[in-house]
Amino acid sequence: MALTEQEVEKVAFLARLEITPEERGRYQKQLNAILEHAQDISRLDVSKVEPTAHILPIQNVWRTDEVHPGLSREEALSNAPDKSKGCFRVPKILE
Amino acid sequence: MSQTHELTLTQAAAKLQTKELSSVELTKAALSRIEAAEPKVHAFVTVDAEGALKAAAEADARRAKGETGALLGMPIALKDNLSTRGLRTTCSSKMLEPYVPPFDATVVAKLRGAGAVFLGKTNLDEFAMGSSTENSAFGVTHNPWDLDRVPGGSSGGSAAAAAAGFGFGALGSDTGGSIRQPASLCGIVGLKPTYGRVSRYGLVAFASSLDQIGPMARSVGDAAVLSQAIDGHDAMDSTSVDRAVPDYTAALSKGVKGLRIGLPKEYFVDGMDPEVAAAVKAAVKSLEAQGAVVKEVSLPHTEHCLSVYYLLATAEASSNLARFDGVRYGYRALAESLVPQTMKTRAQGFGPEVKRRIMLGTYALSSGYYDAYYKRAQQVRTLIAQDFAGAFAGVNVIATPTAPTPAFKIGEKADDPLTMYLSDIFTISVNLAGVPAISLPCGFSKTGLPIGLQLIGKAFDEATLFAAAAAYEGAHDWKDRRPKI
Repeated sequence: MALTEQEVEKVAFLARLEITPEERGRYQKQLNAILEHAQDISRLDVSKVEPTAHILPIQNVWRTDEVHPGLSREEALSNAPDKSKGCFRVPKILE
Repeated sequence: MSQTHELTLTQAAAKLQTKELSSVELTKAALSRIEAAEPKVHAFVTVDAEGALKAAAEADARRAKGETGALLGMPIALKDNLSTRGLRTTCSSKMLEPYVPPFDATVVAKLRGAGAVFLGKTNLDEFAMGSSTENSAFGVTHNPWDLDRVPGGSSGGSAAAAAAGFGFGALGSDTGGSIRQPASLCGIVGLKPTYGRVSRYGLVAFASSLDQIGPMARSVGDAAVLSQAIDGHDAMDSTSVDRAVPDYTAALSKGVKGLRIGLPKEYFVDGMDPEVAAAVKAAVKSLEAQGAVVKEVSLPHTEHCLSVYYLLATAEASSNLARFDGVRYGYRALAESLVPQTMKTRAQGFGPEVKRRIMLGTYALSSGYYDAYYKRAQQVRTLIAQDFAGAFAGVNVIATPTAPTPAFKIGEKADDPLTMYLSDIFTISVNLAGVPAISLPCGFSKTGLPIGLQLIGKAFDEATLFAAAAAYEGAHDWKDRRPKI
Protein backbone atom coordinates (compact mmCIF):
# COMPACT_ATOMS: atom_id res chain seq x y z
CA MET A 1 0.00 0.00 0.00
CA ALA A 2 2.23 2.75 -1.31
CA LEU A 3 1.46 6.32 -0.31
CA THR A 4 0.24 8.56 -3.14
CA GLU A 5 1.07 12.26 -3.36
CA GLN A 6 -2.52 13.04 -2.35
CA GLU A 7 -2.15 10.91 0.77
CA VAL A 8 1.10 12.68 1.66
CA GLU A 9 -0.77 15.97 1.33
CA LYS A 10 -3.57 14.65 3.56
CA VAL A 11 -1.15 13.36 6.20
CA ALA A 12 0.69 16.69 6.18
CA PHE A 13 -2.60 18.48 6.80
CA LEU A 14 -3.51 16.10 9.64
CA ALA A 15 -0.08 16.82 11.15
CA ARG A 16 -0.58 20.57 10.55
CA LEU A 17 2.54 20.87 8.43
CA GLU A 18 2.56 23.11 5.39
CA ILE A 19 4.66 21.37 2.71
CA THR A 20 5.90 22.51 -0.67
CA PRO A 21 5.31 20.41 -3.83
CA GLU A 22 9.02 19.57 -3.77
CA GLU A 23 8.78 18.31 -0.16
CA ARG A 24 5.64 16.36 -1.04
CA GLY A 25 7.55 14.37 -3.66
CA ARG A 26 10.55 13.81 -1.39
CA TYR A 27 8.48 12.71 1.61
CA GLN A 28 6.44 10.40 -0.62
CA LYS A 29 9.62 8.64 -1.72
CA GLN A 30 11.20 8.48 1.76
CA LEU A 31 8.04 7.46 3.61
CA ASN A 32 7.35 4.73 1.08
CA ALA A 33 10.87 3.36 1.52
CA ILE A 34 10.39 3.22 5.30
CA LEU A 35 6.89 1.73 5.04
CA GLU A 36 8.14 -0.88 2.60
CA HIS A 37 10.79 -1.89 5.11
CA ALA A 38 8.10 -2.02 7.82
CA GLN A 39 6.15 -4.60 5.83
CA ASP A 40 8.18 -7.31 7.58
CA ILE A 41 5.81 -7.17 10.56
CA SER A 42 2.82 -7.99 8.34
CA ARG A 43 4.16 -11.54 7.91
CA LEU A 44 3.84 -12.37 11.61
CA ASP A 45 0.74 -14.02 13.04
CA VAL A 46 -0.25 -11.72 15.89
CA SER A 47 -3.90 -12.75 16.12
CA LYS A 48 -3.45 -14.02 19.68
CA VAL A 49 -0.96 -11.38 20.87
CA GLU A 50 -1.99 -8.52 23.13
CA PRO A 51 -0.61 -5.11 22.15
CA THR A 52 1.98 -3.45 24.43
CA ALA A 53 1.32 0.28 24.79
CA HIS A 54 3.74 0.60 27.59
CA ILE A 55 6.10 -1.88 29.21
CA LEU A 56 5.20 -1.46 32.90
CA PRO A 57 2.36 -3.25 34.67
CA ILE A 58 1.07 0.13 35.88
CA GLN A 59 -2.57 0.91 35.13
CA ASN A 60 -3.84 4.08 36.74
CA VAL A 61 -1.80 6.20 39.08
CA TRP A 62 -3.79 8.25 41.55
CA ARG A 63 -2.83 10.96 43.95
CA THR A 64 -4.78 12.60 46.72
CA ASP A 65 -6.89 15.53 45.61
CA GLU A 66 -4.85 18.24 47.24
CA VAL A 67 -3.83 21.66 46.01
CA HIS A 68 -0.12 22.03 45.29
CA PRO A 69 1.64 25.18 44.10
CA GLY A 70 2.09 25.31 40.32
CA LEU A 71 3.36 27.87 37.82
CA SER A 72 2.18 31.42 38.35
CA ARG A 73 0.25 33.05 35.52
CA GLU A 74 3.27 35.21 34.77
CA GLU A 75 5.55 32.15 34.55
CA ALA A 76 3.05 30.27 32.39
CA LEU A 77 2.90 33.19 29.98
CA SER A 78 6.63 33.95 30.09
CA ASN A 79 7.37 32.20 26.78
CA ALA A 80 4.24 33.21 24.90
CA PRO A 81 4.98 34.63 21.42
CA ASP A 82 2.01 36.96 21.92
CA LYS A 83 -0.09 37.69 24.99
CA SER A 84 -2.72 40.13 26.14
CA LYS A 85 -4.42 40.80 29.49
CA GLY A 86 -2.96 37.70 31.12
CA CYS A 87 -3.93 35.39 28.25
CA PHE A 88 -2.26 33.80 25.23
CA ARG A 89 -3.19 35.81 22.17
CA VAL A 90 -3.97 34.07 18.85
CA PRO A 91 -5.38 35.16 15.50
CA LYS A 92 -9.09 34.72 14.87
CA ILE A 93 -10.31 31.15 14.79
CA LEU A 94 -13.77 31.71 13.33
CA GLU A 95 -14.51 33.19 9.92
CA MET B 1 49.71 12.91 35.26
CA SER B 2 46.31 13.86 33.86
CA GLN B 3 45.36 17.48 33.42
CA THR B 4 42.50 18.55 35.68
CA HIS B 5 39.87 18.52 32.92
CA GLU B 6 40.81 14.93 32.01
CA LEU B 7 40.09 13.48 35.46
CA THR B 8 37.19 11.10 35.87
CA LEU B 9 34.28 12.32 37.96
CA THR B 10 35.32 9.88 40.68
CA GLN B 11 38.88 11.28 40.74
CA ALA B 12 37.62 14.86 40.73
CA ALA B 13 35.21 14.07 43.59
CA ALA B 14 38.13 12.73 45.64
CA LYS B 15 40.05 15.97 45.07
CA LEU B 16 37.03 18.02 46.16
CA GLN B 17 36.66 15.84 49.22
CA THR B 18 40.30 16.26 50.29
CA LYS B 19 40.11 19.98 49.39
CA GLU B 20 43.01 19.55 46.96
CA LEU B 21 40.74 21.35 44.48
CA SER B 22 37.76 23.63 44.96
CA SER B 23 34.66 23.54 42.83
CA VAL B 24 35.56 26.95 41.42
CA GLU B 25 38.96 25.58 40.35
CA LEU B 26 37.40 22.47 38.77
CA THR B 27 34.80 24.60 37.03
CA LYS B 28 37.43 27.00 35.70
CA ALA B 29 39.47 24.05 34.40
CA ALA B 30 36.42 22.70 32.57
CA LEU B 31 35.50 26.14 31.21
CA SER B 32 39.00 26.84 29.90
CA ARG B 33 39.03 23.43 28.24
CA ILE B 34 35.69 24.34 26.63
CA GLU B 35 37.07 27.68 25.52
CA ALA B 36 40.07 25.97 23.92
CA ALA B 37 38.46 23.00 22.18
CA GLU B 38 34.73 23.75 21.82
CA PRO B 39 35.22 25.65 18.52
CA LYS B 40 36.45 22.36 17.00
CA VAL B 41 33.92 20.04 18.66
CA HIS B 42 30.76 22.14 19.01
CA ALA B 43 29.30 19.99 21.80
CA PHE B 44 27.17 22.78 23.27
CA VAL B 45 24.15 24.79 22.22
CA THR B 46 24.57 27.03 25.27
CA VAL B 47 27.56 27.43 27.61
CA ASP B 48 26.62 29.10 30.90
CA ALA B 49 29.99 30.12 32.33
CA GLU B 50 28.53 32.75 34.62
CA GLY B 51 25.87 30.44 36.08
CA ALA B 52 28.44 27.65 36.47
CA LEU B 53 30.92 29.81 38.39
CA LYS B 54 28.15 31.09 40.65
CA ALA B 55 26.96 27.54 41.38
CA ALA B 56 30.58 26.47 41.98
CA ALA B 57 31.08 29.23 44.56
CA GLU B 58 27.84 28.18 46.27
CA ALA B 59 28.98 24.56 46.33
CA ASP B 60 32.32 25.55 47.85
CA ALA B 61 30.43 27.49 50.52
CA ARG B 62 28.25 24.44 51.25
CA ARG B 63 31.33 22.25 51.54
CA ALA B 64 33.01 24.76 53.82
CA LYS B 65 30.01 24.39 56.14
CA GLY B 66 30.64 20.66 56.35
CA GLU B 67 28.40 19.29 53.60
CA THR B 68 29.80 16.42 51.53
CA GLY B 69 28.72 14.47 48.45
CA ALA B 70 30.27 13.19 45.24
CA LEU B 71 28.41 15.74 43.13
CA LEU B 72 28.77 18.73 45.44
CA GLY B 73 30.59 21.21 43.21
CA MET B 74 30.92 18.82 40.25
CA PRO B 75 30.82 20.49 36.81
CA ILE B 76 28.67 18.52 34.36
CA ALA B 77 26.70 19.12 31.16
CA LEU B 78 23.03 18.56 30.36
CA LYS B 79 21.44 17.54 27.08
CA ASP B 80 19.44 20.45 25.75
CA ASN B 81 16.12 18.62 25.96
CA LEU B 82 16.19 18.67 29.78
CA SER B 83 14.28 21.64 31.18
CA THR B 84 16.45 24.02 33.19
CA ARG B 85 14.73 26.83 35.06
CA GLY B 86 15.96 30.14 33.71
CA LEU B 87 18.38 28.57 31.20
CA ARG B 88 17.38 28.29 27.54
CA THR B 89 16.30 24.80 26.47
CA THR B 90 16.14 24.47 22.69
CA CYS B 91 16.01 20.75 21.85
CA SER B 92 18.33 21.92 19.03
CA SER B 93 15.23 23.14 17.23
CA LYS B 94 14.36 26.49 15.74
CA MET B 95 10.93 25.79 17.29
CA LEU B 96 12.32 26.26 20.81
CA GLU B 97 15.21 28.62 20.06
CA PRO B 98 13.95 31.33 22.46
CA TYR B 99 12.41 28.98 25.07
CA VAL B 100 13.42 29.51 28.70
CA PRO B 101 11.70 26.94 30.96
CA PRO B 102 9.98 28.27 34.08
CA PHE B 103 10.74 24.99 35.89
CA ASP B 104 13.44 22.34 36.34
CA ALA B 105 13.17 18.76 35.15
CA THR B 106 13.15 16.43 38.16
CA VAL B 107 16.64 15.12 37.30
CA VAL B 108 17.91 18.70 37.08
CA ALA B 109 16.34 19.60 40.43
CA LYS B 110 17.90 16.50 42.01
CA LEU B 111 21.36 17.32 40.63
CA ARG B 112 21.00 20.96 41.70
CA GLY B 113 20.09 19.77 45.18
CA ALA B 114 23.19 17.56 45.22
CA GLY B 115 25.29 20.62 44.36
CA ALA B 116 26.17 19.81 40.73
CA VAL B 117 27.43 22.68 38.58
CA PHE B 118 25.83 22.96 35.13
CA LEU B 119 28.34 24.08 32.48
CA GLY B 120 25.72 24.31 29.77
CA LYS B 121 23.31 22.55 27.46
CA THR B 122 24.59 20.08 24.91
CA ASN B 123 23.72 19.69 21.25
CA LEU B 124 21.42 16.94 20.00
CA ASP B 125 19.58 15.82 16.92
CA GLU B 126 16.48 18.02 16.86
CA PHE B 127 14.02 16.75 19.49
CA ALA B 128 16.36 13.74 19.96
CA MET B 129 15.46 12.38 16.52
CA GLY B 130 18.60 11.06 14.90
CA SER B 131 21.76 9.03 15.28
CA SER B 132 24.46 11.53 14.37
CA THR B 133 23.66 14.96 15.86
CA GLU B 134 23.63 16.24 12.27
CA ASN B 135 19.92 17.08 12.57
CA SER B 136 20.57 19.99 14.93
CA ALA B 137 19.29 23.42 13.92
CA PHE B 138 22.44 24.88 15.50
CA GLY B 139 25.19 23.01 13.67
CA VAL B 140 26.86 19.62 13.69
CA THR B 141 28.83 18.23 16.65
CA HIS B 142 32.21 16.69 15.79
CA ASN B 143 33.58 13.48 17.25
CA PRO B 144 36.58 14.34 19.47
CA TRP B 145 38.42 11.23 18.25
CA ASP B 146 38.16 12.33 14.60
CA LEU B 147 36.69 15.72 13.87
CA ASP B 148 35.53 14.63 10.40
CA ARG B 149 33.23 12.07 11.98
CA VAL B 150 29.89 12.21 13.79
CA PRO B 151 29.71 11.73 17.56
CA GLY B 152 26.58 9.58 17.14
CA GLY B 153 23.23 10.72 18.38
CA SER B 154 20.98 11.92 19.47
CA SER B 155 22.94 12.72 22.69
CA GLY B 156 26.02 13.49 20.56
CA GLY B 157 26.78 16.75 22.35
CA SER B 158 26.78 15.09 25.78
CA ALA B 159 28.96 12.22 24.50
CA ALA B 160 31.43 14.57 22.83
CA ALA B 161 31.53 16.77 25.95
CA ALA B 162 32.33 13.80 28.20
CA ALA B 163 34.97 12.53 25.78
CA ALA B 164 36.61 15.93 25.23
CA GLY B 165 36.85 16.88 28.91
CA PHE B 166 34.10 19.51 28.84
CA GLY B 167 33.09 18.72 32.40
CA PHE B 168 33.14 15.44 34.30
CA GLY B 169 30.04 13.80 32.90
CA ALA B 170 26.71 14.61 31.36
CA LEU B 171 23.12 13.54 31.16
CA GLY B 172 21.56 12.30 27.94
CA SER B 173 18.27 10.77 26.96
CA ASP B 174 17.71 7.49 25.15
CA THR B 175 14.63 6.53 23.11
CA GLY B 176 16.21 4.00 20.73
CA GLY B 177 19.90 4.19 21.58
CA SER B 178 20.48 7.92 21.95
CA ILE B 179 22.70 7.55 25.03
CA ARG B 180 24.42 4.26 24.19
CA GLN B 181 25.21 4.73 20.49
CA PRO B 182 26.96 8.12 20.94
CA ALA B 183 28.70 6.77 24.06
CA SER B 184 30.02 3.94 21.89
CA LEU B 185 31.12 6.25 19.07
CA CYS B 186 32.84 8.67 21.49
CA GLY B 187 34.55 6.05 23.67
CA ILE B 188 32.70 6.78 26.91
CA VAL B 189 30.24 5.01 29.22
CA GLY B 190 26.48 5.52 28.84
CA LEU B 191 23.55 3.89 30.59
CA LYS B 192 19.92 3.66 29.50
CA PRO B 193 18.06 2.83 32.73
CA THR B 194 15.03 0.58 33.04
CA TYR B 195 11.87 2.31 31.82
CA GLY B 196 10.38 3.90 34.93
CA ARG B 197 13.65 4.08 36.89
CA VAL B 198 14.25 7.78 36.23
CA SER B 199 11.59 10.48 36.22
CA ARG B 200 10.89 11.91 32.77
CA TYR B 201 9.27 15.04 34.21
CA GLY B 202 10.79 17.98 32.39
CA LEU B 203 12.37 15.93 29.62
CA VAL B 204 10.88 17.28 26.41
CA ALA B 205 8.92 14.24 25.24
CA PHE B 206 9.78 12.39 22.04
CA ALA B 207 8.29 8.89 22.46
CA SER B 208 6.89 8.62 25.96
CA SER B 209 6.77 4.82 26.22
CA LEU B 210 10.47 4.57 25.28
CA ASP B 211 12.27 7.71 26.58
CA GLN B 212 14.60 7.48 29.57
CA ILE B 213 17.23 9.87 30.95
CA GLY B 214 20.63 8.45 31.85
CA PRO B 215 24.28 9.20 32.63
CA MET B 216 27.17 9.61 30.18
CA ALA B 217 30.66 9.70 31.66
CA ARG B 218 34.30 8.70 31.38
CA SER B 219 34.11 5.67 33.67
CA VAL B 220 31.61 3.11 34.90
CA GLY B 221 32.00 4.42 38.45
CA ASP B 222 31.21 7.94 37.25
CA ALA B 223 28.02 6.73 35.59
CA ALA B 224 27.09 4.93 38.82
CA VAL B 225 27.44 8.16 40.82
CA LEU B 226 25.22 10.06 38.38
CA SER B 227 22.61 7.26 38.32
CA GLN B 228 22.53 7.18 42.09
CA ALA B 229 21.66 10.87 42.07
CA ILE B 230 18.89 10.81 39.45
CA ASP B 231 17.17 7.44 39.95
CA GLY B 232 14.02 6.95 41.99
CA HIS B 233 10.32 7.56 42.14
CA ASP B 234 8.75 10.92 41.31
CA ALA B 235 5.09 11.72 41.75
CA MET B 236 5.36 14.14 38.80
CA ASP B 237 5.86 11.24 36.34
CA SER B 238 3.07 8.68 36.44
CA THR B 239 5.32 6.12 34.72
CA SER B 240 8.04 6.41 37.33
CA VAL B 241 8.24 3.32 39.52
CA ASP B 242 8.30 3.35 43.32
CA ARG B 243 11.07 0.91 43.95
CA ALA B 244 14.18 1.09 46.12
CA VAL B 245 17.39 2.17 44.36
CA PRO B 246 20.33 -0.05 45.34
CA ASP B 247 23.81 1.24 46.20
CA TYR B 248 25.46 1.31 42.78
CA THR B 249 28.91 2.25 44.05
CA ALA B 250 28.87 -0.85 46.24
CA ALA B 251 27.95 -2.93 43.16
CA LEU B 252 31.11 -1.78 41.32
CA SER B 253 33.36 -4.19 43.22
CA LYS B 254 31.08 -7.23 43.02
CA GLY B 255 32.85 -8.87 40.08
CA VAL B 256 31.41 -11.34 37.59
CA LYS B 257 32.17 -14.72 39.15
CA GLY B 258 29.31 -17.04 38.20
CA LEU B 259 27.53 -14.30 36.23
CA ARG B 260 25.70 -15.86 33.28
CA ILE B 261 26.18 -13.87 30.08
CA GLY B 262 24.08 -14.55 27.00
CA LEU B 263 25.22 -13.88 23.44
CA PRO B 264 22.19 -13.47 21.17
CA LYS B 265 22.93 -15.30 17.95
CA GLU B 266 20.79 -12.81 15.97
CA TYR B 267 23.25 -10.01 16.90
CA PHE B 268 26.36 -11.71 15.57
CA VAL B 269 25.71 -12.20 11.89
CA ASP B 270 27.72 -12.45 8.69
CA GLY B 271 28.61 -9.13 7.17
CA MET B 272 28.98 -7.24 10.42
CA ASP B 273 31.99 -4.97 10.87
CA PRO B 274 34.85 -7.39 11.62
CA GLU B 275 36.66 -5.06 14.03
CA VAL B 276 33.47 -4.50 16.03
CA ALA B 277 32.71 -8.24 16.13
CA ALA B 278 36.27 -9.07 17.20
CA ALA B 279 36.39 -6.42 19.95
CA VAL B 280 33.04 -7.48 21.41
CA LYS B 281 33.94 -11.18 21.33
CA ALA B 282 37.27 -10.44 23.00
CA ALA B 283 35.44 -8.44 25.69
CA VAL B 284 33.13 -11.36 26.41
CA LYS B 285 36.18 -13.67 26.61
CA SER B 286 37.73 -11.31 29.12
CA LEU B 287 34.62 -11.48 31.31
CA GLU B 288 34.68 -15.27 30.96
CA ALA B 289 38.30 -15.27 32.16
CA GLN B 290 37.09 -13.43 35.30
CA GLY B 291 34.61 -16.18 36.07
CA ALA B 292 31.52 -15.36 34.01
CA VAL B 293 29.71 -18.17 32.23
CA VAL B 294 28.90 -17.50 28.59
CA LYS B 295 26.14 -19.16 26.61
CA GLU B 296 24.25 -18.53 23.39
CA VAL B 297 20.72 -17.15 23.65
CA SER B 298 18.11 -16.29 21.06
CA LEU B 299 16.00 -13.17 20.57
CA PRO B 300 13.98 -14.46 17.61
CA HIS B 301 12.09 -11.27 16.75
CA THR B 302 15.23 -9.13 16.43
CA GLU B 303 14.72 -8.55 12.70
CA HIS B 304 11.40 -6.78 13.41
CA CYS B 305 12.69 -4.33 16.01
CA LEU B 306 13.55 -1.57 13.57
CA SER B 307 10.08 -1.58 11.99
CA VAL B 308 8.30 -1.71 15.32
CA TYR B 309 10.44 1.09 16.68
CA TYR B 310 9.99 3.42 13.72
CA LEU B 311 6.21 2.94 13.77
CA LEU B 312 5.71 3.31 17.53
CA ALA B 313 8.29 6.03 18.20
CA THR B 314 7.02 8.17 15.33
CA ALA B 315 3.37 7.63 16.30
CA GLU B 316 4.12 8.79 19.84
CA ALA B 317 6.21 11.67 18.51
CA SER B 318 3.44 12.87 16.21
CA SER B 319 1.18 13.09 19.23
CA ASN B 320 3.76 14.61 21.60
CA LEU B 321 4.94 17.24 19.13
CA ALA B 322 1.38 18.40 18.42
CA ARG B 323 1.90 20.80 21.35
CA PHE B 324 4.23 22.96 19.25
CA ASP B 325 1.59 25.22 17.78
CA GLY B 326 3.17 28.63 18.27
CA VAL B 327 0.64 29.65 20.91
CA ARG B 328 2.13 29.00 24.35
CA TYR B 329 5.88 28.97 23.73
CA GLY B 330 8.49 28.82 21.04
CA TYR B 331 8.53 29.95 17.44
CA ARG B 332 5.51 31.49 15.77
CA ALA B 333 5.02 32.31 12.08
CA LEU B 334 2.40 34.92 11.35
CA ALA B 335 -0.80 34.32 9.39
CA GLU B 336 -4.32 35.74 9.23
CA SER B 337 -6.03 32.87 11.01
CA LEU B 338 -5.18 30.01 13.32
CA VAL B 339 -4.88 26.89 11.15
CA PRO B 340 -2.63 28.48 8.50
CA GLN B 341 -0.60 30.00 11.34
CA THR B 342 -0.15 26.59 12.97
CA MET B 343 0.84 25.00 9.66
CA LYS B 344 3.37 27.72 8.83
CA THR B 345 4.76 27.73 12.37
CA ARG B 346 5.40 23.99 12.24
CA ALA B 347 6.70 24.08 8.66
CA GLN B 348 9.26 26.75 9.56
CA GLY B 349 10.00 25.66 13.13
CA PHE B 350 10.73 21.96 12.55
CA GLY B 351 13.61 20.52 10.54
CA PRO B 352 13.26 17.81 7.87
CA GLU B 353 13.84 14.71 10.04
CA VAL B 354 11.31 15.85 12.64
CA LYS B 355 8.73 16.53 9.91
CA ARG B 356 9.42 13.16 8.31
CA ARG B 357 8.84 11.37 11.61
CA ILE B 358 5.72 13.36 12.49
CA MET B 359 4.27 12.46 9.09
CA LEU B 360 5.17 8.78 9.39
CA GLY B 361 3.63 8.65 12.86
CA THR B 362 0.53 10.53 11.79
CA TYR B 363 0.08 8.06 8.95
CA ALA B 364 0.58 5.03 11.21
CA LEU B 365 -2.13 6.37 13.53
CA SER B 366 -4.54 7.50 10.84
CA SER B 367 -7.91 5.93 10.19
CA GLY B 368 -7.59 2.88 7.93
CA TYR B 369 -3.90 2.27 8.73
CA TYR B 370 -3.98 2.14 12.52
CA ASP B 371 -4.54 -1.65 12.69
CA ALA B 372 -2.00 -2.52 10.01
CA TYR B 373 0.77 -0.35 11.41
CA TYR B 374 0.36 1.04 14.92
CA LYS B 375 -1.61 -1.75 16.56
CA ARG B 376 0.36 -4.48 14.81
CA ALA B 377 3.62 -2.85 15.88
CA GLN B 378 2.37 -2.83 19.48
CA GLN B 379 1.60 -6.54 19.18
CA VAL B 380 5.05 -7.32 17.82
CA ARG B 381 6.46 -5.21 20.68
CA THR B 382 4.87 -7.77 23.02
CA LEU B 383 6.73 -10.56 21.18
CA ILE B 384 10.01 -8.64 21.46
CA ALA B 385 9.51 -8.12 25.21
CA GLN B 386 8.74 -11.85 25.54
CA ASP B 387 12.00 -12.66 23.72
CA PHE B 388 13.94 -10.82 26.41
CA ALA B 389 11.93 -12.41 29.23
CA GLY B 390 12.73 -15.82 27.72
CA ALA B 391 16.44 -15.10 27.34
CA PHE B 392 16.69 -13.68 30.87
CA ALA B 393 15.25 -16.90 32.28
CA GLY B 394 18.68 -18.42 31.61
CA VAL B 395 21.16 -15.53 31.88
CA ASN B 396 21.77 -12.43 34.01
CA VAL B 397 23.16 -10.21 31.29
CA ILE B 398 23.08 -10.13 27.47
CA ALA B 399 26.18 -8.89 25.62
CA THR B 400 26.10 -7.33 22.14
CA PRO B 401 27.91 -4.64 20.18
CA THR B 402 26.41 -1.20 20.90
CA ALA B 403 26.65 0.06 17.33
CA PRO B 404 27.24 -1.85 14.08
CA THR B 405 30.26 0.31 13.13
CA PRO B 406 32.62 2.86 14.69
CA ALA B 407 31.85 6.55 14.03
CA PHE B 408 30.96 7.31 10.42
CA LYS B 409 31.87 10.41 8.42
CA ILE B 410 29.81 13.58 8.75
CA GLY B 411 27.42 13.67 5.79
CA GLU B 412 27.88 10.00 4.93
CA LYS B 413 24.33 8.91 5.81
CA ALA B 414 22.59 12.26 5.92
CA ASP B 415 20.53 11.78 2.76
CA ASP B 416 19.21 8.30 3.44
CA PRO B 417 16.97 8.03 6.51
CA LEU B 418 16.72 4.24 6.39
CA THR B 419 20.50 3.70 6.39
CA MET B 420 20.80 6.16 9.27
CA TYR B 421 18.11 4.25 11.20
CA LEU B 422 20.24 1.08 10.93
CA SER B 423 22.81 2.75 13.25
CA ASP B 424 20.43 1.88 16.08
CA ILE B 425 19.88 -1.73 15.12
CA PHE B 426 21.48 -3.14 18.31
CA THR B 427 20.03 -0.62 20.75
CA ILE B 428 16.34 -0.16 19.92
CA SER B 429 15.17 -3.59 21.11
CA VAL B 430 16.24 -2.60 24.64
CA ASN B 431 13.88 0.40 24.68
CA LEU B 432 11.04 -1.68 23.24
CA ALA B 433 11.53 -4.26 26.02
CA GLY B 434 11.98 -1.51 28.66
CA VAL B 435 15.09 -3.11 30.16
CA PRO B 436 18.35 -1.32 31.11
CA ALA B 437 21.59 -1.41 29.10
CA ILE B 438 25.04 0.09 29.42
CA SER B 439 27.59 0.86 26.71
CA LEU B 440 31.29 0.98 27.56
CA PRO B 441 34.48 1.14 25.51
CA CYS B 442 35.89 -2.27 24.54
CA GLY B 443 38.60 -1.34 22.06
CA PHE B 444 39.60 0.82 19.14
CA SER B 445 39.58 0.30 15.39
CA LYS B 446 42.86 0.32 13.46
CA THR B 447 42.08 3.92 12.56
CA GLY B 448 41.81 4.87 16.24
CA LEU B 449 38.02 5.03 16.63
CA PRO B 450 36.34 3.71 19.80
CA ILE B 451 34.21 0.56 19.78
CA GLY B 452 31.47 -0.05 22.35
CA LEU B 453 30.25 -3.12 24.21
CA GLN B 454 26.58 -3.19 25.20
CA LEU B 455 25.51 -5.12 28.28
CA ILE B 456 21.75 -5.53 28.67
CA GLY B 457 20.22 -6.36 32.06
CA LYS B 458 16.95 -7.49 33.57
CA ALA B 459 14.41 -4.82 34.45
CA PHE B 460 15.60 -2.82 37.52
CA ASP B 461 18.90 -4.70 37.62
CA GLU B 462 21.19 -1.78 36.79
CA ALA B 463 23.39 -2.87 39.71
CA THR B 464 24.44 -6.03 37.86
CA LEU B 465 25.25 -3.96 34.77
CA PHE B 466 27.47 -1.67 36.83
CA ALA B 467 29.16 -4.72 38.40
CA ALA B 468 29.86 -6.42 35.07
CA ALA B 469 30.89 -3.20 33.33
CA ALA B 470 33.24 -2.25 36.17
CA ALA B 471 34.81 -5.73 36.14
CA TYR B 472 35.52 -5.43 32.42
CA GLU B 473 36.71 -1.83 32.66
CA GLY B 474 39.10 -2.65 35.51
CA ALA B 475 40.88 -5.27 33.42
CA HIS B 476 41.64 -2.86 30.54
CA ASP B 477 43.04 0.61 30.08
CA TRP B 478 40.47 1.92 27.57
CA LYS B 479 39.06 4.41 30.04
CA ASP B 480 42.45 6.09 30.47
CA ARG B 481 42.68 7.02 26.80
CA ARG B 482 41.75 10.54 25.82
CA PRO B 483 41.24 12.00 22.36
CA LYS B 484 43.97 14.41 21.22
CA ILE B 485 42.29 17.65 20.28
